[in-house]
Amino acid sequence: MENRKIRVLIAKPGLDGHDRGAKVIARSLRDAGMEVIYTGLRQTPEMIVEAALQEDVDVIGMSILSGAHMALTPRVIELMRENGLDDVKVIIGGIIPDDDVPALKAMGVSEVFGPGTNTDDIVKHIRTVV
Amino acid sequence: MLKTSPETLVSQLLAGNRRALARTITAVENEIPESVEILKTLYLHTGHAYTVGITGAPGTGKSCLVTSLTQHLRKQNKTVGIIAVDPTSPFTGGAVLGDRFRMRDLAGDHGVFIRSMASRGQLGGLARTTYDVMRVMDAAGFDIIIIETVGAGQNEIEIVKAADTTIVVEAPGLGDDIQAIKAGILEIADILVVNKADSPLVQNTVRALKAMLDLGHRQRVVAHHGQLMAQMDSTGAPEYDFREVPIIQTVAINGQGIPDLADAIDSHRTYLAASGIHQDRQRARLQSELIARLRETLLKNLLAGVPDDQIEGLVEQLMTRDTDPMSAVHTLLNYQVQK
Repeated sequence: MENRKIRVLIAKPGLDGHDRGAKVIARSLRDAGMEVIYTGLRQTPEMIVEAALQEDVDVIGMSILSGAHMALTPRVIELMRENGLDDVKVIIGGIIPDDDVPALKAMGVSEVFGPGTNTDDIVKHIRTVV
Repeated sequence: MLKTSPETLVSQLLAGNRRALARTITAVENEIPESVEILKTLYLHTGHAYTVGITGAPGTGKSCLVTSLTQHLRKQNKTVGIIAVDPTSPFTGGAVLGDRFRMRDLAGDHGVFIRSMASRGQLGGLARTTYDVMRVMDAAGFDIIIIETVGAGQNEIEIVKAADTTIVVEAPGLGDDIQAIKAGILEIADILVVNKADSPLVQNTVRALKAMLDLGHRQRVVAHHGQLMAQMDSTGAPEYDFREVPIIQTVAINGQGIPDLADAIDSHRTYLAASGIHQDRQRARLQSELIARLRETLLKNLLAGVPDDQIEGLVEQLMTRDTDPMSAVHTLLNYQVQK
């Protein structure tokens, strides 16, 4: 009678105040049958990792539009390591310059999704990596 | 699949490891085979936490109330485990769990552990495994466990089976006195909260709720030929002291009324213990749980011994009216229950 669901945390780290994209993703993942924990705006890396730990999620999805991704992402990944969340995948969406993508992936980010991404691709990616 | 053995997980959990707690909850929530062993061991460590249930219509401010109440309890140095249930889509099986979003002010406090649960098809305001998850948190040593139900309408009353104190949250402007005398959710309240009490409509809601409670009181004041007189209603005296359900007005977002709410919970807790109701309820709950689990297991173990085509054959006989449903049941009862 096992009843497993993919659990995804959707968070917006940092200070940018526009969360429509994050809500669209939350909604599409819900429609794909996943359980989405939506934590909303202005989350610190500490808050995100603590929430991911308590909720035992498979994936952390972060939406970053502010340009602070090269500062916020490494901090999240460092905290994940400290807390033993090495097996949790990280995906990033928002405004991320192509030049930064290889560096983000080298840090351990599983995929980066820019504007115009088909939400089905995100669903497919999550199903593949989890 | 578990990455660590159930024994390791349980011992880490009992030692206070939060990651192990989170993983155990997942195992229990997903009802993986190992969860049976895990719950067996953990049960022996339960029975210490006090459980508060919070229910009410969507948008009445349950999550904010949980946040302020938790902040208050933390000042008293009590550790708090929170289970926040939100609905699963009946169409896709997915869910957006948004209660944590309103509990951001609790972040960074290791005396608090918040877990969001999707209802996963269960009606009644809780998930099927919420009760087991509550036990996991109990074993993990939290002093208070707060369960926030799915935004509830009139009939989502599963919470009374789990909570020691049930709080029903209302907000001004949602209904009149006729809504208030209907059977259902208001009946289960040990404490009524009218949240958003800074609204000008708050007195209407409080009045409707008070009127509802007065109608149910054994001794009520009635107007009789212009005189007010106390009249006993026709029911016999209850065996325990009649307890009035308090109506607490709160403004959860700024903490107004929260100390009163915490006091009301304490006083209900004292009342349950002093009247012996607490013990009686525990006993009744455990009995109904035992019967429910027995029923589930008997059915599963009986069906395990019935050949696949037997059920189909009986259904065909029912279709052709060669047998009736109760006789078919008796035929199936001849099979051996597997152990």
